[in-house]
Amino acid sequence: MFAVGFMMNAWITATIVAVVGGVVGFFVVLRGAAFPAHAIPKGAFAGAAGAALLGISTLIGLAVFALLGAFGIASLSRRSRTDVATALTLVMMLALGAAFLSRTIEYESAIYSLLFGEVLGVSTNQVLPTALFGAVCIAAITVAYRPLLLSSVVPEVAEAKGVRARWIELLFLIIVALATAMTVPVVGALLIFSLMIGPPAAARSVTSRPLLAMVLSVAIALVTVWAAIAAAYLYNWPVGFCVGALSALSYGIGRGWATWRHRRGVPALEAA
Amino acid sequence: MHAIYNAIFEPGFFSSSQVHVAATIGGLVALVSAVTGVFTVMRGQSFGGHALGDVSAAGGAGALLVGLSPVIGFVGLGIVGAGVMDMIGVRRLRGRDLATGIVLGTAIGLSALFLHLTTTRSATTGAVQQVLFGSIYATPPGTIPIVVALSVVALGALAVVSRPLLLATVSPDIAAARGVAVRMVGLLYMLALAISVGLSSLAIGAILSTALLIGPPAAALRVAKRTSRAIGLACLFGVAATWIGILLAYDSYYWGTAHQALPVSFFVVAIVFVGYLATGLTGARTAGRTAAPTAAPAAAIGRDEMAA
Repeated sequence: MFAVGFMMNAWITATIVAVVGGVVGFFVVLRGAAFPAHAIPKGAFAGAAGAALLGISTLIGLAVFALLGAFGIASLSRRSRTDVATALTLVMMLALGAAFLSRTIEYESAIYSLLFGEVLGVSTNQVLPTALFGAVCIAAITVAYRPLLLSSVVPEVAEAKGVRARWIELLFLIIVALATAMTVPVVGALLIFSLMIGPPAAARSVTSRPLLAMVLSVAIALVTVWAAIAAAYLYNWPVGFCVGALSALSYGIGRGWATWRHRRGVPALEAA
Repeated sequence: MHAIYNAIFEPGFFSSSQVHVAATIGGLVALVSAVTGVFTVMRGQSFGGHALGDVSAAGGAGALLVGLSPVIGFVGLGIVGAGVMDMIGVRRLRGRDLATGIVLGTAIGLSALFLHLTTTRSATTGAVQQVLFGSIYATPPGTIPIVVALSVVALGALAVVSRPLLLATVSPDIAAARGVAVRMVGLLYMLALAISVGLSSLAIGAILSTALLIGPPAAALRVAKRTSRAIGLACLFGVAATWIGILLAYDSYYWGTAHQALPVSFFVVAIVFVGYLATGLTGARTAGRTAAPTAAPAAAIGRDEMAA
């Protein structure tokens, strides 16, 4: 399981994906941005179809559409509610994807792996771009950590301190877009979403301290993807199912833990 | 004159039985989606509405695997998903976002499993594409009665709770003070939403399901002052977009020399999207002269969500 070359690639890329998913996901949960976090990867899928049509690299197609999604949501949000803006941006991208697909002959298995991931099929030359995108994401979050945190938790204070909510929102969406472009070829458009929701949500119901929650979120995400890969290798279960199920399970345990502490008189931590 | 007519309606459009079925089902689903969607947009539950589409699609994949009727799969799992979302916190805004995300993530995982099993056990082609995109032309005529019956159930449920639902949407506190069972009304609405979305993602695919649920109502709410008028406008816009989309997709076969039709969903979504942008322009002009028409309810909902 560890000796085979292609498995080594799987372990390395999955680890990068889990770290980025755990960190970015912490802010997704904190900002209540689950819908954009779902819409950007799912809509970016259309970019892969477009890239196949034009015969260019899938990664470029994904990155272009993920960024289009981020800008689309941010600019539509100015004049309408974010959830409506997100829904309309998503369906527009998916409709373009449907149009692209009708003009290409994509194999069923290719579509399935873009959606649900094919982490066991990661090739050596995919490892470097993944690491690069991951590093950019983490760097962006490190640089913007304080304003990002401030505008997520106390938007009024952030605004008073001169943090422009609109720019922070756009920056955050761009980070999600970068994380998307990098993770879709590995874990699939739909599964990066589970990874950005379950582990951070579980972490947040255990602790309200941001750094600790982020570390815990990364740890849970790592356990989730490692277990998913092991199950995929040993029993041939789809990685997507394992990641989804384990994410939901960790959230359930986190909620149970919070309730249990609450019953014992320890003040609830979820309020932050 | 005749040439123009022929250019708009390419030969065979009105005599194709496929077009008849698509227009009937599409129109009906657009109608139900528009009515449900006005409440969805006002309540800020677009994410829930979209997520339920994916949840129902997972049910559809499951039904495909075990050989059940797709209607049971789509609507059944949609209702279960709506119940779970409501149970783990659809009411509080932050909790709602998270609860929807968790249910959606689980459903996607299940989809992955079902599709994996389906594609490895049998050589069913198009299963993935069917679940993700659906097709308005894939609907067998036999499902029309079921679609009609379930549409009536969803619309009936909404009609019964419409007044308390509206009050609970705009101001939960006042509604509670007046003796409205806010929780119960919310749950009933979620069930109607689950049926409506399950139906639409079965009949017209997940993309169009969300597009028709959110687009026409959001556009209508920008221009209409009263909810009843918004519902009427949303219905008109939704049905028109669907029918024009079907026509354009039919015609697109004759465009160029490739003789390859573009999908219906592409045209319908494009019309809905452009329509929504256009209402934003007129809304801006109106807002300049008088108060923004939808500002009052939107602001009220925003306040309540913050308070909740």
